[in-house]
Amino acid sequence: MELSIFDVLGPVMIGPSSSHTAGAAKLARMASFIVGEEFDEVTFFLHGSFAKTYHGHRTDYALAAGVLGLREDDEALRNSFSIAKEKGINFYYREADLGNVHENSVKIEFLKKDGTKQTVIGSSLGGGLIKIFEVNGFSTDITFSSPTIVIYHWDKKGVIRDISEVLARYEINIATMKVSRSTKGGAAFCIIETDEAIPSMVDTELGKLDHIIRAKSLTLNEGSY
Amino acid sequence: MYHNIKELLQAAEDRKEPLWRVILTQEQELTQKTEEEIFAELSRRYQIMKESAERYMKKEKQSKESLIDGLAYQQYQYSKQDTLCGERLNKIMSMAFSCSEVNATMGKICAAPTAGSCGILPATLIGISQEYGLTLQTTLEGLLIASGIGAIITRNATVSGAEGGCQAECGSAAAMAAAALVHMRSGSNEAMVHAAAFAFIHIMGLICDPVAGMVQVPCAFRNASGAINALLSADLALSGARSLIPPDEVIEAMYQVGKGMPKEFKETSLGGIAAAGSATHYT
Repeated sequence: MELSIFDVLGPVMIGPSSSHTAGAAKLARMASFIVGEEFDEVTFFLHGSFAKTYHGHRTDYALAAGVLGLREDDEALRNSFSIAKEKGINFYYREADLGNVHENSVKIEFLKKDGTKQTVIGSSLGGGLIKIFEVNGFSTDITFSSPTIVIYHWDKKGVIRDISEVLARYEINIATMKVSRSTKGGAAFCIIETDEAIPSMVDTELGKLDHIIRAKSLTLNEGSY
Repeated sequence: MYHNIKELLQAAEDRKEPLWRVILTQEQELTQKTEEEIFAELSRRYQIMKESAERYMKKEKQSKESLIDGLAYQQYQYSKQDTLCGERLNKIMSMAFSCSEVNATMGKICAAPTAGSCGILPATLIGISQEYGLTLQTTLEGLLIASGIGAIITRNATVSGAEGGCQAECGSAAAMAAAALVHMRSGSNEAMVHAAAFAFIHIMGLICDPVAGMVQVPCAFRNASGAINALLSADLALSGARSLIPPDEVIEAMYQVGKGMPKEFKETSLGGIAAAGSATHYT
């Protein structure tokens, strides 16, 4: 039995649907964490069942709440549109065919006033579980079920070694690591899942390394005690 | 480490331990958490269940936001009259409705095991706990047993309506609750797992047919009837009745029935009452 009892007795969430509401909120929150920047406009491209039932299941409120950083068990989720209005952020919802992906998938496009754009694509797998499989064109595989570090860097020799060294210094064991790059020597994207919680100093230390564009970690406290 | 109900019962017998402790030990091995941490989290989730079960029971909603608003209040008012099922069962149905109403209107619930079936465990565990003046510890032990049974169902079958129909969602919730209730009434380990089997047998084949694709109708009513299913399944097992077919095989049968169910009956709103002529008014 590889299943915690709290995977069954939960999640604690805002209704009505664990996949279409709670999972959607978490997916959007994690996408906004990966993007890691302020934004002015967000467009959600809804695929499959998300496209067909998003309003009835309040997927639209949930996605908006997620990118605003609200947790999936926060009752403020129902007010996400008015919160967005106060912050001056606009949301758009479009139906789209994202190809051969999970029924509950969404492409989230974050747009800044200066025209720069970041996109994250992911799926809500049911029971509040999620997976992000594409970030700014990089294919990846992030489930956010362990503490996670997101690193943007240049594809140079020794970068990965330097990153590992910092983590070793803080006695953090790497569970999984996935590196994707645009071109040889070009921009690269690294996702690390760890066994241990990640102290905030690690972000600072990683940021000081050569060829690192930015690094940000997320130590999960997903209501899962 | 156990993987099914037979192994769970065997472990309890070998170790001469109550069922909840066997489940607790396995959870500790898996998550490296202490007994205190696990009970604290069970208690936190029980509290959330309690809030959702009581939220609309005695308080009428000011504005109607869903198709099921007002059911909990109505049932609670009725419970004080000369009812067929008695005050206890009507109050329990009211609590199940309250959870469904909270869920339908973007309130906080504990999906146990799913959001659609989130009223069954709270209504029965809170109802019986209050009725008999049980300690929080006893009730949380029940909740632990329910979760352990739910984990086995999730591992070996499914608790998803999209995968197995309502029998997988409300059926699993009722099975989990039935086992918990037997513990709370000091029944044997064997009676607990047979109560779970009865709950499935009673609703084997139940489809998932949400009107207009919303988790409201018939979901709320299946939470109310699911709660009663849990109670009567527990009573059957407590009286000594046993399922002819072992609980693990009943779970497998439920899974196979779910797999064989046409997709119209698995949360697509293309069959059942969701496809009835009048249902189209609500889309």
